[in-house]
Amino acid sequence: MSTVLSVVDAHKTYGETQALKGASITLNAGEWLGLLGPNGAGKTTLIRAIAGRVLLDQGRINLLGSDISSDRNLAIETRKRLGVVPQEIALYPLLTARENLQAFGTLSGIPAADLETRIEWALEWTGLADRAKDLAKTFSGGMKRRLNIACSVLHRPSVILLDEPTVGVDPQSRQRIWDMLAALRKEGAALLLTTHQLDEAQTVCDRITIIDHGRTIADGTMDQLVLDTIGPSRTVLLTLDAPPTSDLLTLSIICEDLTLRASMTDVAADLPPLLQRLHGAGRKVRDVQVQSPSLHSVFIHLTGRDLRE
Amino acid sequence: MIFTILKLGWKMLTRDRGGLFLSFLLPIIFFSIFIIIFGSAFSGGSTAPVSCIVVDLDNSQASHRFVQALKDDPSLKILTEPAHAADQPAHPYTRESAQEVVKAGDARVAAILPQGFGETVGSFSGDAPPVELLTDSITDPIAYQVVNGLMQRALIAGAPDIMIQRGLGEFEKYAGELTPHQRELMDRWLPQLRQEVESESSAATQPASSQPDSSAGSGGDADAESQPAKKSSFMDAGLVPTKVINVRTDHKTDWEALVAFQASATAVMFLLFAVSAGGGTLLEDQESGVLDRLLISNVGMSNLLLGKWLFIAMMGFVQVSVMFLWGAFVFHLELFTPEHLIGFIIMTAATACAASSLGIVLAASCKSRSQLGGLSTIVVLTMSAIGGSMFPRIFMSEKLQLIGKFCTFNAWALDGYRKVFYYNVPLVGLWPELLVLSCITVGLLILARILARRWEAA
Repeated sequence: MSTVLSVVDAHKTYGETQALKGASITLNAGEWLGLLGPNGAGKTTLIRAIAGRVLLDQGRINLLGSDISSDRNLAIETRKRLGVVPQEIALYPLLTARENLQAFGTLSGIPAADLETRIEWALEWTGLADRAKDLAKTFSGGMKRRLNIACSVLHRPSVILLDEPTVGVDPQSRQRIWDMLAALRKEGAALLLTTHQLDEAQTVCDRITIIDHGRTIADGTMDQLVLDTIGPSRTVLLTLDAPPTSDLLTLSIICEDLTLRASMTDVAADLPPLLQRLHGAGRKVRDVQVQSPSLHSVFIHLTGRDLRE
Repeated sequence: MIFTILKLGWKMLTRDRGGLFLSFLLPIIFFSIFIIIFGSAFSGGSTAPVSCIVVDLDNSQASHRFVQALKDDPSLKILTEPAHAADQPAHPYTRESAQEVVKAGDARVAAILPQGFGETVGSFSGDAPPVELLTDSITDPIAYQVVNGLMQRALIAGAPDIMIQRGLGEFEKYAGELTPHQRELMDRWLPQLRQEVESESSAATQPASSQPDSSAGSGGDADAESQPAKKSSFMDAGLVPTKVINVRTDHKTDWEALVAFQASATAVMFLLFAVSAGGGTLLEDQESGVLDRLLISNVGMSNLLLGKWLFIAMMGFVQVSVMFLWGAFVFHLELFTPEHLIGFIIMTAATACAASSLGIVLAASCKSRSQLGGLSTIVVLTMSAIGGSMFPRIFMSEKLQLIGKFCTFNAWALDGYRKVFYYNVPLVGLWPELLVLSCITVGLLILARILARRWEAA
């Protein structure tokens, strides 16, 4: 799989604040990469550096085979194949959906002959065909988000950067947005996504990169991240009818009120003996839950529970 | 409950620096600026001296002394010949050339001292030939009255011996001749009196008051149209009888002059407000994220600024055009003559371009729309005040007029419009205004581009 975007050893300092301290990412063709991190970790700075809105103090950015961190003209030309979906609703509120698409499509360099076709595609794609003549300011949050995305991908970019594309929208609109992005991916676009919706990132992304304090601290598929951080064990929760006796508790089995929390590498082998011991001690098991490790667990494991802001 | 609401209001106000500024500091700043502009602290308490050309057709000793007395008056700026190179001979103004200068607005009044002036000035009989005061009495209804009053004073202050001679003549006419002894005494005293006055004049003695007093003279007829001076007696005609002649014959009424001035003055002031609001769309785009998106789409900052500048300039052009059209249709402004229309288009294009550049600079130098609101209000009102949009600059001190020319483009724009609509100057005569406005446009655009670097990648 060829690499369409790579950032190596990115450094950026604002005054006294070091926003990036060596962050690196790679995005492969047709891939969906989730870029995660706590608030202030450096995600937006990294995205803005790729988009050309932030100049790195140090580091290299390679986009679609071109080193865009050194040659300005090459960067301008190469970035024409980049789509950037900002976190803000960056639309003209007093223009209609169609007029917004026309404006940003033209500014993106779409030839006039293709523009109308692309606008029709975008209106269908976003589900806004019947609202094409309505002013953007009259749209709901979800509709604005969809139009916001459409304005950034109208020129069929090969690489798309999405900064929290689903923030503040209802589940229906969110699903529609994921469907829209899946369609782009089918057309061959590679997507770099930042989000705090970890469950969604876990579902849609092929690979996850986590950055914190301006550095890349983890990178890989979901399974790789779980193995590298939490390990292969699963958490088993057993709800009892009475507190367990102390002889039942070990390093891997802890008690919280009437709930036993056990960490098991092989649930099929380790769970039956525990159930037998509980039965022998006169405890009844009212409920059993086996928890798979989630991205949330990995994220908290890597970045800790401390607030960052 | 009410106390909590009050407390909340106070906290919100004190934490919104823009609001605080607008509420308390802006009025103070304006108050101070206007005091400085119009008050005595800056202008020295005097308006600009009235520029007056004197054409001495009499060329007598008495007329020379009278002209010298006028030159000694600091309230007047007396011109007797056009500016010329040091090695070139001087050619005094003629009646015709003086009239042209007044017509072009380069001098406010021309006083034509008639032949026989020296023989008859100060006559109490009222039969002296009047001094013609050529002026544009429509746009400047004050200057000729000031000159008229100061001429009366000049005669008394500069030639009291002549006044006494004329008075004695009048006395002898009705009360009998003086005795030889009285005549001898008078003949001895009058040269002494004249000598005293001349020595005072050479020492450049200042008059008691430097403030022109438009009510000082009673000899001039304030009617804008040319009318002969009344000759019934010196009580009506004044010691220096005058005849006011309006150099403008193409404007029927002072109403039209008022419309021409107000249309341009108001249009330029509101053009400035409009362009500052137009420039504010840059900040609006910045706040909404659209600016980021535009710059990511490789529009480029220079292209973006040029696009905004061009749009704001076009909008300004239309806005001024609408105002002048309104003036033409409702207030009978003479817009639809070829000279006026072409001149209007050229001046409006140049003014709108300069104003648009200012709008972009104001926006690029502010971080938020509230900052822009405060700054643009100060800049626009100050420029409008000293640039002549609020009232004519001829009533300001020379220093303030100079500041108006250097610090505002209102002054240049209004001068251009006046040339077009009032002085009917040929289009080529607009070159100084067009040159300055073009330089302002380019200069401000360069400044805006430099300021806009903060929006670029950093």
